[in-house]
Amino acid sequence: MSSLPPYATTGQRIWFYAFRVICGCIFFFLIAPILTIIPLSFNAQDFFTFTPEMLKLDPDGYSLKHYRDFFSSSDWQHSFKNSLIIAPIATIVSVSLGTLAAIGLSQSHVPFRRGIMAILISPMIVPLIISATGMFFFYSTLGNWMENSLGMNKNFVGYVKVVLAHSVLGIPFVIITVTATLVGFDRSLTRAAANMGAGPVTTFFRVQMPLILPGVISGALFAFITSFDEVVVVLFVGSAAQKTLPWQMFTGLREQISPTILAVATILVVISVLLLTTLELLRRRSERLRGMSPG
Amino acid sequence: MTDTTAHDNSGPVLAADGKPLKVSLARALRRQKIRALLLIAPLLLFVLITFIVPIGDMLFRSVENQIVQETLPKTVVALQEWDSEAGTVPEEPVFAALAADMKIAVAEKTHTRLGTRLNYEMNGISSLFRKSGRGVKKWDLANDGPFKDKFIALDKKWADPEVWVTIKANSPKYTPGYFLNAVDMQVSPDGIEARPENQQIYVTLFKRTLMMSLMITGSCILLGYPIAWILANLPMRQANLLMILVLLPFWTSLLVRTSAWKVLLQQQGVINDLLVWIGLVDDANRLVMINNATGTIIAMTHILLPFMILPLYSVMQTIPETYLRAAKSLGATNWTAFWRVYFPQSIPGIGAGSILVFILAIGYYITPELVGGTKGVFISNRIAFHISTSLNWGLAAALGAILLAAVLILYYAYDKIVGIDNVKLG
Repeated sequence: MSSLPPYATTGQRIWFYAFRVICGCIFFFLIAPILTIIPLSFNAQDFFTFTPEMLKLDPDGYSLKHYRDFFSSSDWQHSFKNSLIIAPIATIVSVSLGTLAAIGLSQSHVPFRRGIMAILISPMIVPLIISATGMFFFYSTLGNWMENSLGMNKNFVGYVKVVLAHSVLGIPFVIITVTATLVGFDRSLTRAAANMGAGPVTTFFRVQMPLILPGVISGALFAFITSFDEVVVVLFVGSAAQKTLPWQMFTGLREQISPTILAVATILVVISVLLLTTLELLRRRSERLRGMSPG
Repeated sequence: MTDTTAHDNSGPVLAADGKPLKVSLARALRRQKIRALLLIAPLLLFVLITFIVPIGDMLFRSVENQIVQETLPKTVVALQEWDSEAGTVPEEPVFAALAADMKIAVAEKTHTRLGTRLNYEMNGISSLFRKSGRGVKKWDLANDGPFKDKFIALDKKWADPEVWVTIKANSPKYTPGYFLNAVDMQVSPDGIEARPENQQIYVTLFKRTLMMSLMITGSCILLGYPIAWILANLPMRQANLLMILVLLPFWTSLLVRTSAWKVLLQQQGVINDLLVWIGLVDDANRLVMINNATGTIIAMTHILLPFMILPLYSVMQTIPETYLRAAKSLGATNWTAFWRVYFPQSIPGIGAGSILVFILAIGYYITPELVGGTKGVFISNRIAFHISTSLNWGLAAALGAILLAAVLILYYAYDKIVGIDNVKLG
């Protein structure tokens, strides 16, 4: 179906091109909303539509005003900083625990493998609103206990709660990507390392880790984007001091929508393009490595 | 010598250290299992404590009902003697017990919480408790009896047997009340019955959630199928380029996509401007595409479409192109070849994608909240409302439990059809 045979009838020709047009429209539907907001974020006015000046490509119709708003508003900056604190820590927690567990899960004899897998994947399956409801009750009790019995700082406890909640949400992604990488891992390499006198720790860091690193990093990217994008759970578990960027966007969209949101959205699109490129490069590298080691 | 050799041949095979090989192998296997479990244990514990326990706690809250027994312990005991079906008000001992309980409750300020809780079952109890609390504070328990008339003097509602029926009905530690409420039912003196017509909202909301999720799944199939087909049948290089158009929205923040739709669909937004400019729509009556069901369906179809395309694509990639050519060379028309040969083989992909999209859709909160208005909201928005605004946490937990059950059934089906190990990302 990739090209039209020379003997095609007129009807077939029409259908062939009509089908391409339909597909083009659907691709347009997928990508257009994201592409539209990028030029709109450079709007010199506070409108959410293209002004006549913008359509005439007049430089006066464009400005960096909304970006300046984003970088000078303390609300936006505070929430941006919070996101940059919470997401990396949550990623580190889920990646370190998740990688260890994935290595354990990929051994040949694991009792209750299916049951364990189901529990570890469950944060991805359970709808966020239900996770958030459950966490809301549980973490408020936990937070009170930490503040009253352990005498911890209220602000610190707030961050701990959000980080814990976000790490558990990122875990399924780490488990899935790392176990997928481990399927192609040649076990005789660790045996060879042990044979030459390396301890389990040395074997792990010098032999196994470099080989499964692409899987670990893509798991980490998934975990990072999960936390960086997450709004429902942080809305329920966190307090105003832990307001993250998505939370700020959510309140902005719900209450009074300001064009600054479009500037933030554009910045986030750029971040996701960067992440997507990294992921694609990693996938290629992982495929190359897998081609090298037999099995 | 010959003796021992004969013995060895008939006995178990020995390992190098002289122990039977079977035992050594079993021990090695056990050690391997323990090592694997030790590697998994930290994460398993972490997920159990920070995720499974909170969910269990929520499920427990949907039936838990200890507040009446904790706040009014003596009254609950005294009420056991009272016949709730007689239609009379209880006698003096019950009121004396109530006075004693209220005295403690007012001192600890728990009576208003109890009032709020019972108000979910019967309107007006909340104010009754608050009002009575102020009165009881001034009483002297030892000398001020009898209390029956004093309570009724405080508020005539105490003479209403319905109030007492409600208190007695809620005195057990566990209640099906929240679940009944979640399906628009209630416990009344005559047993379980439907709520009054004007209070029935949840069944409608569940139905709407299901209907809209089905519509979203349907439109994802319609839009996703051609895309997956063209991706699977184009040469690798072009397919990879087009794949970016699918993956970029997939990777873009949910809030970015939702805000994009909010901007596009507004009455003063880009789409309406464009339609007016073309002349399809009159400037005076621009289309209302946001804050209603249309907005939710458009935005959520866009957001969930990649989840349909990716599994469909991976299934279609495995269908050999030669099958279609073979069918056509045997005389099938294009349509017959597609419908009888290609389509049946792509059904597993449709199944996997549909369940995935449906599971994600019925639990969605953010997008319906932002673009759904009042007519386009889901059950999850109601859960969030009860958590943060009405503070009826038991009802929120019961609604959540029903939603969770639905998702788990679908998840089980997904596991049977696709297998959870086959989930692929990116």
